Amino acid sequence: MTRTITLTLNGKKRTDTVEPRLLLIHYLRETAGLTGPHIGCETSLCGACTVHVDGKAIKSCTMFAVQADGRQVLTIEGLAADGKLDPMQEAFWSEHGLQCGFCTPGMIMTAKQIVQRNPNPTDEEIRDGIEGNLCRCTGYQNIVKAVKAAAAAKA
Amino acid sequence: MATTTTKTETLVGKRIKRREDPRLITGTATYVDDIQMPGMHHACIVRSPHGAAKIKSINIKPALEFPGVAAVFSGKDTEKVGPVPCGASLPGLRVPHHHILAMDRVYFLGHPVAVVVASDRYIARDAAEAVEVEYEPLPAVTDVEKAIAPGAPAVHPEWSDNIAFNYHQDGGDIEKAFKEADVVVKQRITSQRLIPTAMETRGVVAEWLAGDRALTLHSSTQIPHLLRTLVAQMLGLEENRVRVATPEVGGGFGSKLNVYAEEALMGFVAMKIGKPVKWIESRRENFQCTIHGRGHVDYYEIAAKRDGTVLGIKLKLIQDLGAYHQLLTPVIPTLSVLMMPGLYKCQNIRADIVGVFTNAVPTDAYRGAGRPEATHGIERMMDVLAVELKMDPVDVRRKNFISSDAFPFATATGLMYDSGNYAAPLDKALEVVGYTKLREEQKKARAEGRLMGIGLSTYGEICAIGPSPATPAGGWESATVKIEPSGTVTVMTGCSPHGQGEETTFAQVAADELGVGLDDVLVVHGDTAVVQYGIGTFGSRGTAIGGTAMYYAIQELKEKIKKYGGLLLGSDDVSFVNGACVDNKTGKSVPLAQIAAASYRAMKLPPNTEPGLVATYFWEPPNFTFPFGAHIVVTEVDKDTGAIAIKRYVACDDSGNILNPMIVEGQVHGGVVQGLGQALWEQAVYDDNGQLITGELMDYAVPKASNLPWIETSHTVTPSPVNPLGVKGVGEAGTIGCSPAIVNSVVDALSPLGVRHIDMPMTPEKIWNLVQQGGKA
Repeated sequence: MTRTITLTLNGKKRTDTVEPRLLLIHYLRETAGLTGPHIGCETSLCGACTVHVDGKAIKSCTMFAVQADGRQVLTIEGLAADGKLDPMQEAFWSEHGLQCGFCTPGMIMTAKQIVQRNPNPTDEEIRDGIEGNLCRCTGYQNIVKAVKAAAAAKA
Repeated sequence: MATTTTKTETLVGKRIKRREDPRLITGTATYVDDIQMPGMHHACIVRSPHGAAKIKSINIKPALEFPGVAAVFSGKDTEKVGPVPCGASLPGLRVPHHHILAMDRVYFLGHPVAVVVASDRYIARDAAEAVEVEYEPLPAVTDVEKAIAPGAPAVHPEWSDNIAFNYHQDGGDIEKAFKEADVVVKQRITSQRLIPTAMETRGVVAEWLAGDRALTLHSSTQIPHLLRTLVAQMLGLEENRVRVATPEVGGGFGSKLNVYAEEALMGFVAMKIGKPVKWIESRRENFQCTIHGRGHVDYYEIAAKRDGTVLGIKLKLIQDLGAYHQLLTPVIPTLSVLMMPGLYKCQNIRADIVGVFTNAVPTDAYRGAGRPEATHGIERMMDVLAVELKMDPVDVRRKNFISSDAFPFATATGLMYDSGNYAAPLDKALEVVGYTKLREEQKKARAEGRLMGIGLSTYGEICAIGPSPATPAGGWESATVKIEPSGTVTVMTGCSPHGQGEETTFAQVAADELGVGLDDVLVVHGDTAVVQYGIGTFGSRGTAIGGTAMYYAIQELKEKIKKYGGLLLGSDDVSFVNGACVDNKTGKSVPLAQIAAASYRAMKLPPNTEPGLVATYFWEPPNFTFPFGAHIVVTEVDKDTGAIAIKRYVACDDSGNILNPMIVEGQVHGGVVQGLGQALWEQAVYDDNGQLITGELMDYAVPKASNLPWIETSHTVTPSPVNPLGVKGVGEAGTIGCSPAIVNSVVDALSPLGVRHIDMPMTPEKIWNLVQQGGKA
């Protein structure tokens, strides 16, 4: 049993035939070949799989691909426009907001959402905002700095 | 550091943005699960749901009936594959045979029993559920002290008790020290089992080319070359026909410094089915089957004079080994013994280790590997002593510090500390935190009935592991430096970094040494088909040993560059300065790119000189390095909830010369937070039947951004004389310095209630109970 879905992925429309039980993260990584979002837990706890669906940060390991039918999906690969890094990507780079990089694509997508909702977040608001994204390398301090820097750069 | 380069702008010591980041922040890096191959199959492993059981029967037929299932293998199929290797040897060590799939018995929850291979990962999982395994559950033992009590169930039935080894070390005259003591303080201190939790779980893609008899393993590992040697042995393949290609690695912290059953198993499967096969560990498997860390119960006794001078240290260390020895399992507690005296001059020690089998996943190297446990022990004991003697904890430490003019310093445990100035980071940390004023504030707080604590640790550690005689598999590191015909530079390091930023720091050193731009240097690592044999990245060794190997390879190249430069300049008196050879008599110069081109074109060769500019150097370090530092933590305990608020976290670390301060700070931040994780929240909990209660991220509390303090970092710089870069290593420092500092702080906060010690993790429940019961646990 399969179903056909059509969605806009990083600005481009595409249609695929998928099993209803296929998770969105596996659709993105294996059907669409976008391996930026990662799988760190399969239980919605680590946030490495975070992408935006219709502008909202969601964990793609606990959503089915068929639920993305007709919707807009943005992954880390869709952030840099015309080869120019997004200010959030720039900030993670210049503030050393990553080490092994595995959590980074999901962390950046969550960080984007924080700043979209609150252009001048405090440290505490940033820390609360990224609570659903785990990082084992950085101790989060430089991630907080990066989100602040990105927010400041936009203002 | 000796250098012939006089570039006006050097890169070493600067906050250079990392060169590995562009691929990581754009989602274009390739981790092992990102690898796709034509015809690739997926493996799912059937694992024991029991801590201990006999396997009565295995029925694979229902799994084979799933469309898309290519094969199912169990222990009888893989019996001839060599055992999962233990690289450690200790006198009298009991080493159980560790089959890659269980034979007639399982020894821990998650023990691999069978593997299902299918064309699709969903089908593999479905079919794995259908494998029927009949078990006869057996009594299990998971508590390390219960495991050595009389009548405990034997983890391995071939031995009547669970003691894998006893290890004893003496230094100085411990009997005399205790006889002459004014006071003796004793304390039981635990360092609980932890789950390393790299954000990327383990994973393997194996590909077998039957015509070439060649196996490629893409594995998320810290040690590609050692893995190749050992997997080749396990599978009976020629080592030169096995390639380990390490893709991007999403964190390790020691948990990928190992050779696992699944790595050989995937090689076995690929050879059997003739198709590439991928196995990606789930988070649940990662918690059950990837090594855990720590797992100590320590009994300390310290003999001291009334003025605070420590005369002797006794330690009885009970190490929870788990059911098997992984690569380094039994040697980890011996590192704790080496580190037992900390930064103190005490010359009398006695240590007894009991290594104990339990029905749990093996313990092995996790960030710090033996040194955090030792540092936690000695730094807690210094506070216990201070309380006993009614001394300030700072004064007790100063009283016992090895003085800065006593280096190199021979410890009672057989180490030779390279360099140190232990008062320097302590002074700086005390100044940053405002210690004197804080103690005044604390008096006020106590008068108001508030529980405010100030705690510190002055830690030392063993880095740059290590000289070959002190390691199970060679402690050197290698580098090949190639100057290409165009003048660009390729560095191939035997280290295999996974977040440490060596592509940046090594390039900084190479660019300075060769007088080229940062973008002219490429640092390559991790693929045994490309890089000469190397040891790997662990034990804070990458820069100190791998970086030094590169440094010496470059020095050899410089001699050759000067010969070619002399040839081109027609001079026998040339220097290599700022990326060019200069004729010292005429001042004429020729740039490196032109020299490189001439060396490969080889129209004319200098006397006794080969064409090309390539050098390989294997550097054997003469000693470890010994970083140190001081961490101070200010806390306040909420009496009503037991919650601990961290008001200040001040870390002053001395890791020798600093190549890139941004990266060093990042390492300290990450290390400290892993230390806070242990001190406050994390604990791997098995029940008495061997079930892992903390089996998912829902139940195992790794630190989140919202409950962490701002870490105030600073440094002092005491270069290491062990290597020409003067670096010591920093990967584990934060973790080692952290846990005793915060525990000391919380004990200090609760000291008005008579609390003298708290075991980790200091959960709100534990603290609340202490407060409720007036300090009595």
